[in-house]
Amino acid sequence: MNNLMIEVPEMEAKRIFEVEKIRADFPILQREVNGKPLVYLDNAATTQKPQTVIDNMIHYYTFENANIHRGLHFLSELATESYEKARLKVKEHINAMSVAEIIFVRGATEAINLIATSFCRGGFYKAGDEIIVTQMEHHANIVPWQILSQKKDIKLRVIPINEKGEIIFEEFEKLISDKTKLVSVVHTSNALGTINPVYDIVRVAHKHNIPVLLDGAQAIVHNKIDVQKLDCDFYVFSGHKLYGPTGIGVLYGKAHILNSMPPYQGGGDMIRTVCFEGSTFDDLPHKFEAGTPNIVGGIGLGAAIDYLNQFDFEDISRHEKELLNYATQKLQEIPGLKIIGTAENKASVLSFTIKDIHPYDIGTIIDTHGIAIRTGHHCTQPTMKYFNVPATARASFAIYNTKQEVDKLFAGLLKVKKMFG
Amino acid sequence: MTIFEKQEMIVKQFENCADWDDRYAKLIQMGRNLPPFPEELRIDKNKLDGCQSQVWLTASIKEGNVIFKADSDAAIVKGLIALLLEVYSNQPPEEILKIPPEFIKKIGIDNHLSPTRKNGLGAMLKQIQMFAFAFKAMLKK
Repeated sequence: MNNLMIEVPEMEAKRIFEVEKIRADFPILQREVNGKPLVYLDNAATTQKPQTVIDNMIHYYTFENANIHRGLHFLSELATESYEKARLKVKEHINAMSVAEIIFVRGATEAINLIATSFCRGGFYKAGDEIIVTQMEHHANIVPWQILSQKKDIKLRVIPINEKGEIIFEEFEKLISDKTKLVSVVHTSNALGTINPVYDIVRVAHKHNIPVLLDGAQAIVHNKIDVQKLDCDFYVFSGHKLYGPTGIGVLYGKAHILNSMPPYQGGGDMIRTVCFEGSTFDDLPHKFEAGTPNIVGGIGLGAAIDYLNQFDFEDISRHEKELLNYATQKLQEIPGLKIIGTAENKASVLSFTIKDIHPYDIGTIIDTHGIAIRTGHHCTQPTMKYFNVPATARASFAIYNTKQEVDKLFAGLLKVKKMFG
Repeated sequence: MTIFEKQEMIVKQFENCADWDDRYAKLIQMGRNLPPFPEELRIDKNKLDGCQSQVWLTASIKEGNVIFKADSDAAIVKGLIALLLEVYSNQPPEEILKIPPEFIKKIGIDNHLSPTRKNGLGAMLKQIQMFAFAFKAMLKK
């Protein structure tokens, strides 16, 4: 009999993407600012937190609080289990090979500092070595390397960008030499929204046996990240930009590289034996987690990942793309408004300037209407320099934003125009 | 007019403002009425550190009074500068040091003065007092 049984993998039913219901999950969105309903469009700086993240953190402190990894009492084991479960959730979410590759840190910034410090201490670099970054890096992916370079005399080489805010790929290839020790680039730019061709970057760098660090602080919330598919050597991000709490972030690193790196900080929880003559260190990931970690932060991040995973990431991406397209089209109707960063492949980040009006003035006026955007250089001064602006205004959209909110932004900006015109 | 009287006068001017838009519109207008800042003074030495907008400030002494000149590239900050200059410029240093900028609070725009706001305005107020302090010491000699 040719009665073939085809095994269909059990599909997890995903929650239907309904923005009004999603909004109801975020208590802060119900509040008013300056007498107006809050329109929160500063998501690239930090996202709001769903009730479940808040509840999980309160639950931890109410019922589970104890120090982890050391006690054998009931609460300590419970807390350890919760914290390590969060690590497992992160591992699954970004598809790392094992939990050993997931180091909890304070945020993306600390993750990069950890790598820079450990590389420096481990003697990975010698004078004249080079690290490749892009013109659109956040200061967090510039300054740690500069601090390192003061110690080791290494140089930063910068991949230039075009007027759309895209890297010029051919120039990247030209920068690679036998002096190149690391390619450290932003996955998605916080100031421009540009999504960089990270697959190609990794492929080309690996062709020359150069490891790649991806700064995923922005990218993590917009797209499903698969570190094995990306094949990057490091991926870093912050929990608070992923609907999780502040003060917790993730350094993903390939196990064999992390194993070869010396510890970042010394202290409790990262050792195997300590005596005054010397100490031996614990295995991954604990080797890099000295001291009592941000336990509740890890648990909150785990809850945020669970929250997001209710949805199909395709739905999230589609929603955000729609908002970006709608806002891009709408805002361009404002005379004198110029969008900074017009890459073909772009996340829901919209940076702009309005002729003869300082971003500070834009931000201040629309704040009185309850609209939160970011103004300034977004910790990307070299990017601002390239576009020859001191600062921009930036609206960035998340899972809970709506077209009506874009309309409010539009109306607010028209008001700004009127006041300063 | 003393610094105190000037402050009271400004507070009165803002009392009639119906809402934030009104208040800011007034502030912007005051900034526009500032005499133009001399271009030769627009140099890094006179620039105050501010994250969001640029602020330039200079001081000189004339007949025992401190004369401030200042400017910003943001209109609202320039309006705030106009307020500060209206109150503190052309006053004796000891008076400047004596009287805090209470009127800013009364107008309801003191959020701009918070040191965490990084708009250079908190820095400007500090600098105004530093100049006054320096001139006071100088006049004593």
